[in-house]
Amino acid sequence: MTPKQKATLQRLGPFIALVLVSVGLAVLSPDFLTVANLLNVMRQVSINALIAFGMTLVILLGGIDLSVGSILALSSVAIATLIQAGVNPMLATLLGVIGGGLMGLFNGLVISKGKVAPFIATLASMTILRGLALVVSGGSPITGFNSDLFSMLGGGYVAGLLPIPVLWMLIMFGLFAFLLKKTVFGRHVYATGGNEEAARLSGVKVDQIKLWVYTLSGAMSAMAGVVLTSRLNSAQPTAGSGYELDAIAAVVLGGTSLTGGRGWIFGTLMGALLIGVLNNGLNLLGVSSFYQQVIKGVVILLAVLIDRSGKK
Amino acid sequence: MNRILHPLLASLLVFGIAACSKQGPDSAAPAAASAPAAAAADGQVTVGLAVSTLNNPFFVSLRKGAEDEAQKDGIKLITVDAQDDPAKQQASVEDLIQKKVSVILINPTDSAAVANVVKEATGKGIKVVSLDRSVNGAEVSAHIASDNVAGGKMAGEFLLQKLGGKGRIVELEGIAGSSAARERGEGFHKVVDGKADVKLLAKQPADFDRAKGLSVMENIIQGNKDIQGVFAHNDEMALGALKAIQAAGLKNVVVVGFDATADAVAAVKAGTLAATVQQQPELIGQYGIQTAKKLAAGQSVDKFIPVPLNLIKQ
Repeated sequence: MTPKQKATLQRLGPFIALVLVSVGLAVLSPDFLTVANLLNVMRQVSINALIAFGMTLVILLGGIDLSVGSILALSSVAIATLIQAGVNPMLATLLGVIGGGLMGLFNGLVISKGKVAPFIATLASMTILRGLALVVSGGSPITGFNSDLFSMLGGGYVAGLLPIPVLWMLIMFGLFAFLLKKTVFGRHVYATGGNEEAARLSGVKVDQIKLWVYTLSGAMSAMAGVVLTSRLNSAQPTAGSGYELDAIAAVVLGGTSLTGGRGWIFGTLMGALLIGVLNNGLNLLGVSSFYQQVIKGVVILLAVLIDRSGKK
Repeated sequence: MNRILHPLLASLLVFGIAACSKQGPDSAAPAAASAPAAAAADGQVTVGLAVSTLNNPFFVSLRKGAEDEAQKDGIKLITVDAQDDPAKQQASVEDLIQKKVSVILINPTDSAAVANVVKEATGKGIKVVSLDRSVNGAEVSAHIASDNVAGGKMAGEFLLQKLGGKGRIVELEGIAGSSAARERGEGFHKVVDGKADVKLLAKQPADFDRAKGLSVMENIIQGNKDIQGVFAHNDEMALGALKAIQAAGLKNVVVVGFDATADAVAAVKAGTLAATVQQQPELIGQYGIQTAKKLAAGQSVDKFIPVPLNLIKQ
């Protein structure tokens, strides 16, 4: 095997892991490998995947975004409040996603202009935004939008088969893959994450890249919030807690390096699918929820260990 | 790349908007009653239990009650844990639907947020029963929960018995508008209202909170030195009130709480708290399985199945 072939195989690791786990589950549970269930899994994965796509860019920069779950919750209750105040549901949704982007931009500003470490900056905004979500909603869930169009965004189907959240996920996957692979912006993200000082010296506007990346991460979290709110027909101020860890797990499972500069969107999609397939399969098998957590943790650890051993 | 991607995305969107619907793949077919039938064919009934969180002893006991009962009846039980996340609960109930269980017992993380997935299940011919917390916005076959009204009555009766059928009493209410506060209060008032020898000195909310129970009780004591009995809608408030009573040096005040938390049971043993009303989560789980069994066999069940409570006293 040439080093290049080996590298290709390495990159396909997440995909191979997904296939292996799926084959195993298909053998163990007759309900797993049905079209209905696979679409079910994809729909469940979409929320984590949307957040994880944004998180991929953040981690490529060598950063981290802990505030995604809080952004999801605050945009969700903001959209619900707007709809209940009589704003057109589509306009409210758009405003919510823009709002999520602005919350991300705030993170970006604190990190790039304020020179605060991403972990600390987003830890603070995680707390602030969660508090605001509770303030806006008064602490209780907001329910009853009665808008068919809005409930389509997360609960509808394309051609009676493909769940709309899956469509969002595929479109965003395409856009992010394109952004990273084919645009100057994408190259600058990799360059900044690889070596920030070198990137700056070679003319990359590092601060601007950071602002954009955190803004995108915020907007994607808000989009995930739209899907969640629409599917539950309820906006919860406590929604999305712990989602930052699911997203980070998807990114890392997909082979993106936590130190930045190396990784890809396809891997993140595979990582998110792997987590989703495990959740679904273990439920179908009736595995105790306590053991489910143990198994998922072990899978993440194994995937990362294998990844590390190959990169030495 | 742009030249290919843009038209592709545009056409995808147009196609998407044109083809969008609220109808899922299976819902076009008439409600598939075949699912429970298939499950019954091999003689074994599979029941799904969706719990809000297993990080709480109450729900762990509930699951244990269901597990023991299912084992006795040869029912296969699959438990999923939402870890208090409505989205996670929705996903795991969808998994139970894919598993084609006959009946789903659901203990909602949020009453309104589960409505959509409950509708999805019933649309596929799966019977749904809510446990402990009700479902808001979708029809279920039955609701099984502690009878809080009976619990309030039980507390009231015990209090009056202790006081010899007469006395000056105080009621500490839970969060205004919450079902627990409403129902416990209703049961309590059924007993104490309209009795000539019983005087309700004060009735104030302390939000199920121990610190508020303390401060509200301190305020009440300022105006009423001759309190003989207190009923608090939960143990936290009861224990808070107890602190205020002890600090004020009042003697022989009968305090009754609700929930039988570990702290409260210890206080009953120590003789400071007179009694506490105990819910029986294991019984909720047990009734859940019994109800699921009836539903799977096509029998009818009551819409509300109250679970009896227990009074813990010295």
